[in-house]
Parts: sequence; C-alpha cells; structure tokens
Amino acid sequence: MLKLIGSRLLQMLLIMGVISFILFAIFDSDKFKKQIAVNELGGFAVSALSEQDYQAWLEKKGLNVPFYQRYLNWVAGVAQGDFGKSFEKNEPVADLLATRLVHTGLLALWVFALMIPLSLLFGVVAGMKEGSPQDRLTSFISVLTTSLPEIATAIILTVIFALGLRWLPPNAAMVNGWDWRALVLPVLTLVLYDFGYVARMTRASMAEVMNSQYIRTAILKGLPYRRVILRHALRNALIAPFTIIVLQMNWLLSGVVVVEVFFQYAGFGKLLLDAALFGDIYVIQAATLVAVFVAVASQIISDVGYTFLNPRIRFA
Amino acid sequence: MTTANISLDTAPVPFNVRIRQPTALIGLVLLMWVPLTLYVMFGPFLSDTLKSFVLLPAIPATVALYVIAVTSWRESPVAIIGATLVFFWLFVAVSAPYLPLIDPNKPLAPFAEMGAYKKDHWFLLGADFKGRDMLSRDLWGCQRVLVWGVSATLVAYAVGAFFGLLAGYLSGWWDQAISLVCNILLSFPVMVLFILILNYLGPSGFNIVIAVTFASAPAIMRIVRGLTLDTRSRDYIFAAQTRGEHPLRIMIFELLPNARGPIIVDACLRLGYTTVAITTLTFLGLGLQPPDPDWGLMIKESTKVAMVWKFSYMLLIPALSVSSLILGFNLLADGLREMSLRD
Repeated sequence: MLKLIGSRLLQMLLIMGVISFILFAIFDSDKFKKQIAVNELGGFAVSALSEQDYQAWLEKKGLNVPFYQRYLNWVAGVAQGDFGKSFEKNEPVADLLATRLVHTGLLALWVFALMIPLSLLFGVVAGMKEGSPQDRLTSFISVLTTSLPEIATAIILTVIFALGLRWLPPNAAMVNGWDWRALVLPVLTLVLYDFGYVARMTRASMAEVMNSQYIRTAILKGLPYRRVILRHALRNALIAPFTIIVLQMNWLLSGVVVVEVFFQYAGFGKLLLDAALFGDIYVIQAATLVAVFVAVASQIISDVGYTFLNPRIRFA
Repeated sequence: MTTANISLDTAPVPFNVRIRQPTALIGLVLLMWVPLTLYVMFGPFLSDTLKSFVLLPAIPATVALYVIAVTSWRESPVAIIGATLVFFWLFVAVSAPYLPLIDPNKPLAPFAEMGAYKKDHWFLLGADFKGRDMLSRDLWGCQRVLVWGVSATLVAYAVGAFFGLLAGYLSGWWDQAISLVCNILLSFPVMVLFILILNYLGPSGFNIVIAVTFASAPAIMRIVRGLTLDTRSRDYIFAAQTRGEHPLRIMIFELLPNARGPIIVDACLRLGYTTVAITTLTFLGLGLQPPDPDWGLMIKESTKVAMVWKFSYMLLIPALSVSSLILGFNLLADGLREMSLRD
C-alpha cells in the first residue's frame, strides 16, 4: 500500500513538473509577453507598442532572461512557497490564490454536503428494486438533470428564484460584504448537475449487489429487509460510489469556472479565467498546478481508498 | 432456412431495404452533412448564388434519415424521442435559409416583448437588447453549435481511435508512450485544459476543434485501446495476420468495425459533452465570435442586460434550446445502449 502511494505521488510530481515546464515555454512567446505589456502599460493596440518601451518593460519585470533560467528561478521560488507576483492585480500570487481557493472550497463543501446524501439516497432506493416506480423516477430525474448544462441550470434557477420570486440575490459578487444567501444558487446549480451522475452510478452498484447470491440468501433465511439492506447490501454497494464521489473533485474544478463566472463569485475558476484572458502567466501557472494537483490527488485518494475498502482488489 | 423461394432471376431488392444498406446510409449522411459544413464553416468564401441552394439537397436527406432512424429503432421509445429532438435541430439547421425568418442580425426593435407587433413584424419570442428577432436567432443559432460540435467530436474520435488502435494493437513501447501522454492530458480538469489551449490559440471555431480533440481524445483512446485489447486475440485477426495484411489495414478494417457498438454509444454521449463545452466556451468568451447567432453567444450578450424578470426570455430561450439538444443526444445514447445490450 505504501509503495503504491509512493509511486503515485512520484508520478504526480513528474506530471506537474512536465506541465509547468510546457506552460512556461508556451507563455514565453513574444506574442504573449507583448500582450501583457500592452495590458499593463495602457489600452493601446499591440502594434502601437514601440520596441523600446517593450524592452524597458521586459527589463523592469525581469522577463528578458532566457526562459529556462526564469523557470529554474520560479521552481526555486515555488519550493519556498513563493509563486511570483500577479501582473494584473499586482499582489503575490500565493495570497491571491489562497483567498480564492478558500471561497471555492466553501462552495465545494456545500456542494458535497448536499450532493452526497441526496444522490446516495436516490441511488440506493432506486437500486433496491430494479424497474420499480422509484427506479424509473430516479432514472428520469438523473437523465434530465445531467442533460441540463450548468449554464442552463444557472439561468433557469436565477430566473425562477432571483428574478421571479425575488427570494435570493441574482449574483454572488458580494459587493456589500459576505452574504450566505448569495451562495445558494451557485451551490444548487452544481448539485443539480452532478447529482444525476452519482445517483446513476450508485443505482447501478446497488442493483448489482441486490442481484447477488448472498443477498438472496440473507432474504431467504428470513432476515428483516431493513437489516439486509443496511448491514449486508450497503457495505458492498457503497464502495464504487465512494471512488466516483472522490473523482467528482476533478469535475468540480471544471464546473466551477462557468458557475463562478455566471454568478460573478470571486473564486478559483473566475481567477483562472481572468488570468488566462489577461495573460497573467504566474497566476495561470499556479492555478493550473493547483487544479492538476487536486485532480491527481483525488485520483490517488480514490485508488487507495478503493483498495482499502475492497480487500479483494490488490494492486501489484 | 427456406430454399423454395430461390429462383435464378433475383427479385429486385425493395427500396426500403436497399436504403438501409451501409453505403446508402453513408451517402445520405454525407448528403446532409457536407452542404451544412460547407455552409457554416466556409460560408464567407461561397458565392451568394451557391449559398442560396447549397443546402437544398440536405433537407430531403435529413428527413429520409429521420424516417429510417424512427423505423429501425421502433423497439426503443427512448431512442426515438432522442432522435426526434436531435433531428428537429438538424432539420432546422439545414432548412434555416428557407424558413420564413427575418435576418437574425438585423436590429429592429430593441427589447420588444414576446408576441409584440412592431415595425411590421411579429416578434413571437421577442427581440434581444439590440432588437434582433429572438426566434430567428435561436433557430439560426443551432447551425454553428451543431456543425462545430459534431466536427470537433469527429476529429477527436479520429485522433483518439487511431492512437487507441496503435496502443492496443502494437502494445509494448507504443502503448507505454501513448498512455503516458494520455495520463498527462487526463490529469487536467477539462475546463482548465480548454482555457489554456484556447487562450494560446485564440478563440475561433477551428481552435475549438483542436481544444476538444486535446480534451476528449485521451478518454476515447482509453476506450478504443480497451476494446482493441479485447478483440485482438480473435481468430479473424490471426487469419488477417497470416494473410500478410498490413497492420494499419488490420486495425482499420478488421478491428475497428468489430468494436463499433460501444464506440457509437460513447460517441453519442460525447456529442452531448461537446455541445455543452462549445456553448460554455462561447459564453466564457473563448469560443465562436459575434455577430452570427449562436446559443452561447446569445447567453453571453444577454447576461449583462437581461437580469430582470421581464427580459429573462433572452436567457431562457437559448438555455432551453441547448438543453433540448443535449437531452436528445443523451436519450439517443441511452436508447442505443439499451438496444445493444438486448442483442
């Protein structure tokens, strides 16, 4: 087990190294550097930028050294917790990223807190009896909700609850300080989109267990149905959903971009998009690495957790 | 087997059977798809006269394909509902120039409400903030989403399937190298990858195709690789190897057709994902560019002005349209999977 974790962590470090190097190489092109220079120095067009100003700007920002040297400096900085400075917002990337990650973390916490019990409940109840009305209902709901893209769910929820009924604020920009009510619509949007997929997977896993021999034996020997479900079926049926739920972390990081941009919530996804549109190299670098780290870490947790929960499977 | 009916002069094959032959089906699909792609991707390069009739042959082809789909999938109502939704939008896409719609880019009456009659025109679904007819924009909008979505999925499939076949059939070093690249690409959250690639290449339809290829091909490669490993040890592959066929020929003509079932189902699902991705990317400002209508763009343009109950139709109409198309793809995938499990 330790060997497995060790090799996966090593793999992750390797992947992150490769990715950061590629990103550095890409964003080192003159086209991008000129774009940032233009964005920084004022709103004129790239063609209007004089070579002299450009060189002076490079000099000032320390961008005129060859990129491998800059990359090495950057890696050394990262090792000490220094991710460089944002061009657009002029503050250290580490601080910027930390606050944004806390915001997105809060969003994710609520999403998981609502989505996990809801989808497990629906999935288990549907899988208990294949083809029953509750099974059909769950299938119908999950196909419908997964077919609505986040942007459509966000629009429909906003129109109903914020514009029509006026119960909730229509955006989560939170200009006048923190407001929990503003978080409701983004959380609901993400839960609705993700719920269907996890419920379907739970249903499939539960249905498979309910068809197995040992459940039939347990029912036939006269155990109460509640006990069969709670003590015998659930233990095995919830292994597969566990890994799927952990892997949703990866999905959530893509999902939040749209939702945060639509609701103007100052989180990680919006930071990444803004940085990409501005050409803010260090922010893009750091945000991408965080995203990749979360994605790979969730894969490792799900793999390790799966072997831990299901002793029948052992990795070589 | 009945041998009594066999006679020397073979009876002509009835039309409804002949049209379901693979060659006829491929012909119909091409007849529908090529004009549509030409019209949308290369519209600016076509002369006006060519543009006015290039889509004409596609209309009967679309109708014929829909009839064939409905009759051959009679056993699965889910697939029929899905096909109906998808073909509705396909039909709208190919017939948009011939429908009685006004120019989708012509500003007439800003903020005209649903059903208003202004400037000699009934605004059945209202007008947007620039006064362009919503009904016309919504129906024209499906062209770009469909064409770019399907093209991107096709390219991603071609690339993913090619590498999947290579990795699965040749194994060894090929497999190791291809799998490593795929693992690196798969460790990105999809949207992060989209943002990075489109930011680097710049926003346009062709670049969306490239970005979708990068994001989807690794997953497709994994599926195809698994299927290839599964079929590789069959007798007909050994037979082909003994005949001395070229490995590429074996991969494309022996392996791929025999693994098509799961691939078709996955392709339907992936069409849905790609449609979501294109709409989302356009909404984020990284996708297709104005002024031509497109659902993501309609949402993007309206979010600033339509945050009032009265004008919320500007957001709802494109949102519901894109959802119905995605629902169509998902139901189609469900129905096809159900049917393939039953066989």
